[in-house]
Amino acid sequence: MSKILLEHLSKRFIRGNRFIDALEDITLSIEEGEFVCLLGPSGCGKTTLLRILANIEKPSTGHVEIQSSPKNRPLQSMIFQESGVIPWLTVEENVAFGLKMRHLPKFYIKERTNQYLKKVGLTKFRRLYPKELSGGMKQRVSIARAFANDPEILLMDEPFAALDEQNKFILQEELLTIWQETRKTVLFITHSIDEALLLSDRILLMSSQPGRIVKDITIDMKRPRTIEKVRSDPVMTDTFLNIWDHLQNEVKQTRSDN
Amino acid sequence: MHHRFNTQKIITISSPLCLLLLWEIFSQMNILDSRFFPPPTLILQTLWDMAESGELFKHITVSLTRILFGFLLGVIPAICIGLLMGMYKFMKYTFSPIIMIFMPIPTLAMLPIILILFGIGEFSKMVTIAISVFFPVAINTAAGVANIDQIYVDIAKNYQANAKDFFFKIALPGSLPVMLEGIQMGQAIALLTIVAAEMIGATSGIGYLIWMNYKAFLLPEMYVGLILISFFGYFFSLVLRGLERKLLPWK
Repeated sequence: MSKILLEHLSKRFIRGNRFIDALEDITLSIEEGEFVCLLGPSGCGKTTLLRILANIEKPSTGHVEIQSSPKNRPLQSMIFQESGVIPWLTVEENVAFGLKMRHLPKFYIKERTNQYLKKVGLTKFRRLYPKELSGGMKQRVSIARAFANDPEILLMDEPFAALDEQNKFILQEELLTIWQETRKTVLFITHSIDEALLLSDRILLMSSQPGRIVKDITIDMKRPRTIEKVRSDPVMTDTFLNIWDHLQNEVKQTRSDN
Repeated sequence: MHHRFNTQKIITISSPLCLLLLWEIFSQMNILDSRFFPPPTLILQTLWDMAESGELFKHITVSLTRILFGFLLGVIPAICIGLLMGMYKFMKYTFSPIIMIFMPIPTLAMLPIILILFGIGEFSKMVTIAISVFFPVAINTAAGVANIDQIYVDIAKNYQANAKDFFFKIALPGSLPVMLEGIQMGQAIALLTIVAAEMIGATSGIGYLIWMNYKAFLLPEMYVGLILISFFGYFFSLVLRGLERKLLPWK
């Protein structure tokens, strides 16, 4: 049975007196432990899809199901874009946020918070406020907060988009390391093909508005992966070009439509 | 860098001192009419005498008590209503027209009705201050909540914060910076209001001190009142800025 199941999902926004179809007839299933990237041009509704899974928005039609295990876990936790760290909470309080909101026992919160602060290398900075952190460190806080919450699935909304190249590579590899220890089911949004190739088991390509899933690509390069290995692998290069062509077409099509 | 910082400091301190010095010289030389502009040394001497006689502290205590209680009387409901307005659309639509109607009326214009309702005692002065403080604080608090970045609301939702946690972890701390700006404004308005209110219907306080001494043409004594206002205005904003640093270590 699949971990995440979406059936004939659509989302329509009303803007003034016209409709905008953000998503159209999305049907997909993601297996337990899979790392799936949603890749598409900006404005294709990928964030909307994630927000529906995150229960921040409701779908217009269709059905969403996240399969829960008997353990008392939250269904999902989201890693937001760069500004997703709460500025008036310290690093430690931010990481503990999800656990505190669920009112778990104090010692348990403390233990898990410490554990994940250590995993992302922020133990030394635990008492600092986000304003004193770099962009990369803030995203580490976000990652630690989501993993510490121990959800059934993790949702990530372009978490590294605002980082510079170097930091992006470092954080992607750190994310993979933590993910490999926990093997959570992940749905990750990105518009970077490199990022998708490095991280995913599967890449779902989306069309531009209305967003539909037009291609499902399985990446079976063995893990652990590094950016160097991905870049030098001929199969991956082919896949890159394949996706590149597709995205080019999508973008051109939107232009000629307008 | 250090050098420049020092020069800045020297200029900042010496500019008001120079002004006082000029005043002193011109007043002594009778270039300024010393009946209207008594020399600062004389004003200081008067301040000292009034302090020694205990008269000064009576007026200060009375005014400060009125300001303190009036301030609290205005700020507490203002924060509560402001938070409710910021969090619930229903509250916003209920309260904002009422606030819009009353806000443009200067509190002093309402003094007659306040005197009728609450008499000429201490309480009516506190109410006057409370009303004048209420508006900027309520409006800023509501704006503070409304302007909390949507992403923090989404985070709270995503991590399943309940209503109580949302209030204490997101709404209250998130609106605090703008709320404190409102309180800072309210503080300035409170001082303004108390002086004017004491000029009209009081027998003690700093405003009364200024007004009575003006009527008796005791201008050095009147200037003492002005010095006190300036001092307390500065002192209050220092206190509030200190409070701000304590409450907003994350800013």
